[in-house]
Formats: sequence, C-alpha cells, structure tokens
Amino acid sequence: MSYESPTRINSPVRIRLRAFFIAPGAAVMGLFFFVPLLIVFAYSMLTRGPYGGVMPPWTAESYSRIFDSLYGEILWRSVWIASVSTAICLLLGFPLALYIARSGRHKFLLLNLVMLPFWTSFLIRTYAWMFLLRDTGLINSALEAVHLVRQPLPLLFNSGAVILGLVYGYLPFMVLPLYASLEKLDPALLDAAEDLGASPWVALHRVVLPLSKAGIVAGCLLVFIPCLGAYLTPDLMGGGKTVMVGNLVQNQFTTARDWPFGAAAALLLMALVVLVLWALGRRGEDLV
Amino acid sequence: MGFSSVLPALALCFQEVNTVLELRALTKRYLTHPAVNGISLSIDRGEFFALVGPSGCGKTTTLRLIGGFEEPTSGGIFLDGRSVAGSRPYQRDVSTVFQNYALFPHLTVAQNVAFGLERRKHLTKPEIRTKVEQALALVQLSGKEGRRPDQISGGERQRAALARSLVLEPKVLLLDEPLSALDPKLRKQMRTELKSLQRRVGIAFLFITHDQEEALSLSDRMAVMNRGALEQVGTARELYQQPRSRFVAEFLGGVNWVNGAGVRPEAVRLSRQQPGNGAHSLTATVQSSTFLGNCFHVETRLANGVCCTAEIAQNGCELAPGDSVHVWWNPSDELRIADQD
Repeated sequence: MSYESPTRINSPVRIRLRAFFIAPGAAVMGLFFFVPLLIVFAYSMLTRGPYGGVMPPWTAESYSRIFDSLYGEILWRSVWIASVSTAICLLLGFPLALYIARSGRHKFLLLNLVMLPFWTSFLIRTYAWMFLLRDTGLINSALEAVHLVRQPLPLLFNSGAVILGLVYGYLPFMVLPLYASLEKLDPALLDAAEDLGASPWVALHRVVLPLSKAGIVAGCLLVFIPCLGAYLTPDLMGGGKTVMVGNLVQNQFTTARDWPFGAAAALLLMALVVLVLWALGRRGEDLV
Repeated sequence: MGFSSVLPALALCFQEVNTVLELRALTKRYLTHPAVNGISLSIDRGEFFALVGPSGCGKTTTLRLIGGFEEPTSGGIFLDGRSVAGSRPYQRDVSTVFQNYALFPHLTVAQNVAFGLERRKHLTKPEIRTKVEQALALVQLSGKEGRRPDQISGGERQRAALARSLVLEPKVLLLDEPLSALDPKLRKQMRTELKSLQRRVGIAFLFITHDQEEALSLSDRMAVMNRGALEQVGTARELYQQPRSRFVAEFLGGVNWVNGAGVRPEAVRLSRQQPGNGAHSLTATVQSSTFLGNCFHVETRLANGVCCTAEIAQNGCELAPGDSVHVWWNPSDELRIADQD
C-alpha cells in the first residue's frame, strides 16, 4: 500500500481541475475575509472622523493608545477571563467526555444531549441565565424565601457571572474534541496500566492525558478563542461593568465613534489569537 | 503393584508445593448467562499451559478473572496457595500480555518496559535501568530501546510486551492470544521463540488461544474449554489421541465418524486391493483428491453413504474421483469416546 498523496501527480488536467474546485472557496475567503482585513488595517492607521468614519492623515496613534493603562486592563481582563473559563471547561469537560467515551451504546444519546443547547438561540439562553441570577431572580428569591440570605446575593453583572456564562456557552466545544480523542483510546491500555501497578490517578496522568493531548489542545483552542473575543456574554451577564476586548471594539464603532481605535483593537485581538495558536502549534509538533 | 499405588499418592503430596495457580469452581455470570461455569484447574510452576477453545467459550473471561480485571461470581483463585480474591490486578503476582499488546504508544520501548518497575517504590533509577536492559536483552530487543511501538515490527511489539510483563517477575504470565496479531509466517517463528523464552525464564505461562495447532505445539499441558466449562485437561498427545468427548476430538483435529468409531484422517489408509494383513476394511468410492503440498487430502464415500477423509502421503497411490478403494485403519488408532453427545 502506498501512502503517497495523490496530489503528487501533477498532470496539467489535474492542475486545472484542482484550480477549478479550489477557486470558489479561495475567492470567497479572499473577497470577504482577506480584503476586509486589509480595510480594517487601513482604518486602524487613519484618523477618526468627527461623526465616525475615517479620514487622513495616516497615523499609528490608535496603536499607541491601546497600551494606555485603561485599555491594557481590558486586554488583561479578557485574557484572564478567557483563560479561567477555558480551565473550568477543561476540568468539567474532561470527566464528562471520558464518561461518554466509555458509555458504550448510550454514547450517541449522551453526545446529542451535550449538543442539545445549540437548538436554542444563545441570546435566549443568556437571558434565561439573567433571569435566574438577577436580584429578583429565581435563585435569590428562593434563598430569601427560606431565609438563607437577607440581601440578594450579587450573582449578576460581575466577572464571575461572565465566566459562568462563557463556561456554560462553550462547554460543548470542549467536550466534543475531548470525546473524539478519548473515544480512540484503547481500553486495553488502561488494563495494561493497572496490571503494571498504576493507580487510577497514575494511569490518568501517565497514559490518558498524554494520549488525549491533541483533544485537549483542540478543545482549549475552541473555547479560548471565542471566549477571548466574546461580546454578547460580557455585555449581558457583565452588565457593561466587565468590559472585554469584544465590547471595547463594539463600543468604539458605536458610542465612541472612534473607528481607527476600534479597528486597532480588533486587530490586536486577532494578533493575540494568532499568538496563542502559534505557541500551541510549536508545542504541538512533539504531540503527535 | 506397590509402585503403581504409591506413585499417585506421592504425586498428591507434591502437588500442593508444585502448584503455582489453582482455580476452584471458578464461575462468572453476566446477568444470567454464565461465561465461566465452575472451572477447577491447577497449573504447575514453570509449566506452559494452554487454554484453548472456540471464540466465546469463556477463555478470555477466565484470563481476565485471573488477571484481576473482573471479579468472579463465585469460586476462588489461589496463587501459591493464597486466595487473591478482591485484590487489584497489580496486587497479584501475575502479569498479562494483551492480545494487541497494549503497549503505550506515546512511550518508547524502554519506557514501556520501565512503566511497571517505576510503580514499585523500592527500586532506584539505576536498578530500573539495569532491569530494563536485561529484560530487553532477554527478548532480543537491545538497540530498540528508543523506538516507539509504531516504529517496530509486529514481532518486536510482541517481544516488547513480553519484556514489559516479564521484567516484573510474575509467578504466572497470562497471555491472551499473543500470536493472533501476527501474520502466519511470523506466527510460527514466534511460537518457537515463545517456547524457548518460557524455558529460559522458568515462569509458568498460561496461554489462551483459539488455534488448536498453537496449543498442541506449545503447551506442556492444555485444557479444552467449551461453553464456559472445561471439557478435558491433559498433555497435547493425550487430548489428541484420547479425547474424552466428541467436542475435544473435533476441536483438535479432523475426525471421521464411521460406525460409531472416530478415526483421524491421517490414520485412515487407502488401498486398491484388499489389505493383506487381515485388517477389517470397507469399500468406498473416491470423491475428490486434493494436493496439499505435504500430503493428499482424499474424500471418499463409503458404501453406506458416510464420508470418510484420508490424509495420505504424497508417494501414495494416485487416486482419481470415481476410483473404488478399500478404506481401513489400525484398531489402535480408533478414538474411544466415553460420552457420545
């Protein structure tokens, strides 16, 4: 059997066929992703117009402003909240994924249950959380009714609420790739580990975790990246008090009417994501 | 007369000392279906024992019960006379070589072999390194320490798995179809290697297989298992030549059932003339003759319609379909089966 990829055969017909099939996708990506990116970059290097929009002259002033302490704090908070949310998703998602991968014929039912929340709009589900968590919400009224608290607990409009919302929203994105890699894990390896004297903890640490690294990395990326750029959850659950980069960008284009600065912040967010991907990619080389 | 009565008594005295593994009425039930049904068996120190049976006969479950991966419903497992009930796999002085070897794919050969040693707290790093080196030398894997399982051949993977278990010096090594993952040619070669390795280390091997040829050629003693129970235990020759049941006779090789007697194809003789030695013969018609390299496989049909297969040497008479022949055998080659199920 040969594992040579068929793309090695470069007959002219094949080259033309390949171009034919790749062109539409490449055109869509180029027109609607790459060109707008250039526009965003151009905007970020211009000066703000009086009522929004941009005007000359060219300047890098927006970029230097980002590193002001105020915006630096927002950036730092975004990274911190995204990291904590990712870590919690991993802690919650790993045992769940392992359980589903080991649950035999029920696993497809369980996987569907994990994906069930996607059937309802994320916006509606976020509002549901707000109804649960607000001062007059279900949780606080219940606690007051049984006289456990006198004042309503501050459950909403803080970083904790944002993290809760993000974990809730992105947990399935952690579970699915973890499941995919754990499902491939040969159960005989766990028997072998136990036979050779490994406690369940050692088996997890020495066998299961190393062999599911690819799934862990994929899951963390799928959670961390959207969390970093999250906009809806911090806006609603944070009540505008926990501002993340996504909110900053939105704010600059709407209320603040500073498009160059919004564009610069959006690009910085992208740079952060690329940085994370690059770091993981470097480490990922020795994973496989 | 004196000796014949004393010897079994003596053997009985030594049995306790010589037995390394004993199963007493071992039973494992899944819901209501018994996978293993009251097995009693003892295996001697340094013995190469094969547990053979068709797939689904309960042999894998038996091995998993001994290994500690499953708990028996009832009955006991005794290692060196001590019950291992309730103890975890690593608390038992047995080790398992899994069917697909279950080598850790992310670790090198040396790291795989060291895995079990590293779990034993009393060993220092240099001690572990020495033991790993010795174990790899034992299975002729020196020089492959740094390879990962996917970078070595199937035979080497098997030897790595053997080294990983043997380095822990278990009292009994459990082998779950250890040759089935290899291609047929390599399988025969590994059979010889496995046997010589077992002789060198002197550890009892309990080996399960569905391949009767493997069991016959490798084992000191073997047991044939069927539907969760043992059919017969003994040496390969005993089981092949004096099977106690039809199942054992048929599982271990071809059998012709002629007028209530069982005859192995290689014991069947064919000749064009009436045999001169006065043996009782039957007339038959040749149905087909197949050349198998080392012998001919001749299908005949007796006068009463029963089919009888003969395996005859190459230099035997050339037989064509339709030829009429005399079929006979030595009465001593007949299989005497007590229970006709």
